[in-house]
Amino acid sequence: MEDYFRTIDIDWFKQRLVVLSFCVAAVFVVLFARLFFLQVVEGDEYRRLSENNCIRLQKIEPPRGLILDRDGTCIVDNRPSFDLSIMSKEAGDVRRVIETLAALTGLPSDRLFSNFTKYKTTPYRPVLLAQDVGRDVLAVVEAHSLDLPGVVMEVNPRRDYLYNNFAVHLIGYLGEVSKSELDSGPYKGYESGSYVGKCGVERLYDPFLRGRYGGRQVEVNASGNVVRTLKTVEAESGHDLYLTIDFKTQEKAEALMADRSGAAVALDPHTGEVLAMVSSPPFPQSRFVEGMSKDEWLTLISDPRKPMENKAIQAEYPPASVYKIVTTIAGLESGAINANTSFFCPGFYKFGDRAFRCWEEKGHGHVTTADALARSCDVFFYQVGLKVGVERLAWYAKACGLGRPTGIELFPEDRGLVPSGQWKRRRLGAPWYSGETLSVAIGQSYNLVTPIQLAVLTAAVANGGVLKRPVVLRRIETIDGESLKRGDPRDMGTIPISERNLAIVREGMWKVVNSGYGTASYSGRSRKVEISGKTGTAQVVAVPQGTARARVADALKDHAWFVAYAPSNDPKIAVAVIVEHGEHGSSAAAPVARGMIEAYLRLDDEKTGM
Amino acid sequence: MLESWEKKQVEWGLLLPVLGLGIIGVIVLYSASASDPPHLQKLLCLKQTAWFIIGMLTVGGSLLFSYKRLDGWAMAIYIISLVLLVCVLVFGKEAGGSRRWLPIGPVALQPSELAKIAVVIILARYYGRQVSTDGLGLKKLLVPILLVGIPFALIVVQPDLGTAMLLALIATFVTIFIKVEKKTFYLLGGAAGVLAVVAWMFLLKGYQKQRVLTFLNPDRDPLGAGYHIIQSKIAIGSGMIFGKGFMKGTQNALAFLPEQHTDFILSVMAEEWGLVGVSLVLFFYLLIIIWGISIGYQCKDNFGIILAVGITAMIFWQVAVNVGMVMGLLPVVGVPLPLISYGGSSVVTFMIGIGLLLNISMRQSGVE
Repeated sequence: MEDYFRTIDIDWFKQRLVVLSFCVAAVFVVLFARLFFLQVVEGDEYRRLSENNCIRLQKIEPPRGLILDRDGTCIVDNRPSFDLSIMSKEAGDVRRVIETLAALTGLPSDRLFSNFTKYKTTPYRPVLLAQDVGRDVLAVVEAHSLDLPGVVMEVNPRRDYLYNNFAVHLIGYLGEVSKSELDSGPYKGYESGSYVGKCGVERLYDPFLRGRYGGRQVEVNASGNVVRTLKTVEAESGHDLYLTIDFKTQEKAEALMADRSGAAVALDPHTGEVLAMVSSPPFPQSRFVEGMSKDEWLTLISDPRKPMENKAIQAEYPPASVYKIVTTIAGLESGAINANTSFFCPGFYKFGDRAFRCWEEKGHGHVTTADALARSCDVFFYQVGLKVGVERLAWYAKACGLGRPTGIELFPEDRGLVPSGQWKRRRLGAPWYSGETLSVAIGQSYNLVTPIQLAVLTAAVANGGVLKRPVVLRRIETIDGESLKRGDPRDMGTIPISERNLAIVREGMWKVVNSGYGTASYSGRSRKVEISGKTGTAQVVAVPQGTARARVADALKDHAWFVAYAPSNDPKIAVAVIVEHGEHGSSAAAPVARGMIEAYLRLDDEKTGM
Repeated sequence: MLESWEKKQVEWGLLLPVLGLGIIGVIVLYSASASDPPHLQKLLCLKQTAWFIIGMLTVGGSLLFSYKRLDGWAMAIYIISLVLLVCVLVFGKEAGGSRRWLPIGPVALQPSELAKIAVVIILARYYGRQVSTDGLGLKKLLVPILLVGIPFALIVVQPDLGTAMLLALIATFVTIFIKVEKKTFYLLGGAAGVLAVVAWMFLLKGYQKQRVLTFLNPDRDPLGAGYHIIQSKIAIGSGMIFGKGFMKGTQNALAFLPEQHTDFILSVMAEEWGLVGVSLVLFFYLLIIIWGISIGYQCKDNFGIILAVGITAMIFWQVAVNVGMVMGLLPVVGVPLPLISYGGSSVVTFMIGIGLLLNISMRQSGVE
């Protein structure tokens, strides 16, 4: 046997073992004493409590965080909602009580029953029957409380949208947490029946907005009334969300987009902060909290104008003439053209055996680069396109942030499409025809962009070439004003363009609005601020096969684009607007952009004397 | 390969309280699962009975070889248990937000249970060689700190704070038993205190602190742990001296109690069996523990003595923490009551412990 199996000093060990026994025995004495105390000394009291089964748990719902604009104007608040629940234990015959409740208050009994079966858990937890009942219903319930054993009224906070359908796609809506969400990590702690953010920032920042449930342990008497509260933990309210949007700009944009289908986005060109984001038509935000019927939902999602879609980031449109900004950049940077390049426009361009028309049938005559942008001369850009070639055009388009997501926090975001020879071979299995390059150069081919992409591009032209990642969050604050999270503006790249060439693009965009012959010289011009911009008219009927077919179906009028920034010499806002079936960019979209710019720069209020 | 029994007299008596607890366990489980559908109730009881029988076979298995061989196998057993702990983090079944079970065929193994035995064995090996009547100094304690620290950390990240804490308590218990230099004792105590303060101030994030606070004071969470404690106290208290009778507990029948067939099973029992019943159970546990210590008393080698103390510590802490918890003396941590709470791994671990105690008792040569 090895050494260490022999003890060093058997008596020393024995002594310690004896001490150990006493220690263990002492602990058992304590345990027994506690048992004695609970079962004998306090036994009667506990027996009484157990016989009544009178300890109840009540959840205290936390108020959800507020949603405010960049300056602290509250957009989404909470208001008290009176909810009716039933406690099966006290109700006894639940069926009879619910029927009585329905008869007395006029609430539909089938709905009450379906809620009861849906939310039922243990007999000691109140089961939600009806939410947000009126004061008349409350008065009836109070008056007949003896006929309605187990029916309890709870006051819970509920989302209150202060302005009707304001920035709905950005804010999102709330819906009952689904079974699969409950099982997944991020929604732990919620109970079935809780409301959670389903899209927009309500969903994105749900973990910050939701707050924490509080609770109460109460003792109730036989009829279910609270005799005393044993313990309370207050609910912790959710954190407040300061968005980057400017209330006035958003409000103005929505007013101008009302009754139209389309989108409008405004960015701060220096930070990428989203100043306004409108997608029209809006969806009825508050109906989601009130409880929407199935028919209502089906109507909503089958509406051809797609109210549930956030068109600013999820709708892809042909960029049309707005794309000429990209073509100009590509032409200048690749050396195909310079500031003084001049082409003659007779109203068409003959390529092969086909004549490609300019939108101006009479022709523009001799046009130089900046003027070509200003007048949106198709013939000029056909030739630039041919000189640059589709592959280089595609490379510059991608460098301008097209064909990929902008990286905005909201999701899902569409990426658009930058066509190239390689892309066509892969997707359509056909070779590239050089005639198609002409169409690409004026944004009328397979090209697809989202409004936010064009807003980012316009902002980059305005700020000297930096592609900013758009952000919608300014900061998240606790109720005590402690800042938890800040918006995360980031540069996503730089347009490969020299300052000199950028100046040419900017000159062209200035002339679009401010020269006598610019395409938006009437509709885009503001008497209060110098605006630079670019119009676009996307031919709906000519949309190529396989793309955005659904968007074509409802009407055949062209889509109207306008992108702009202002003030021209010191840009503070960049805007992209699309009005579906608005026909001309200048007449339909430019006034929206102008209105937003004036609203943001506060030029439309009384101070200016207008 | 049955090795010779050096001592004729085996302490079979130790199996009596074990058998008693096993039978009580199944009966209480039957009552505790009364709110489940009848077929489930039967299934639970059958499974628990099966586990108890498997446990008894484990006892038999633990007797086949001399415990002294464990000294040589200690490192291998320890490493296997670490591997299993890592496996559970990678392949484990997630339940209630933590990964504790490793599915092996039809059963789910809880490696943290086996880790307790492994740590006890390896500590016995180490301390068996290092122990001295002057107590151990800091240098010699670094190894055991590491030996316990690794499985401790692996269990903490599952997360299973209850079992991790139990492991730490068992190790501390054994270490204090083999004696630590006074200086070192204060030094380590102080270091632990400082570490806790530093962690609190600099390392823990706000929500983590909240968790710790709730852990220390369940009243902060009246809908969760705090509620459980109140309900558990009502159940126990209302049992009074003789209890409400088998299957007559109202707290239990109304599914008021949380985890009523696992961690809070003693509450069910206390309500139905009263002070008399619970006292009997406590007596059985005390009997097993004191018996375990007395087996160490008769043992003549360091390894055996320390092993006996370690196993005893394992049983002792498990009982003390669970009973303290259901009676509202200790924070609510998920620690089952040995043999009575439903669950296979815990029964098997306990029975391995009993088997080793018997093994030590029957392999002592010559009675002094």
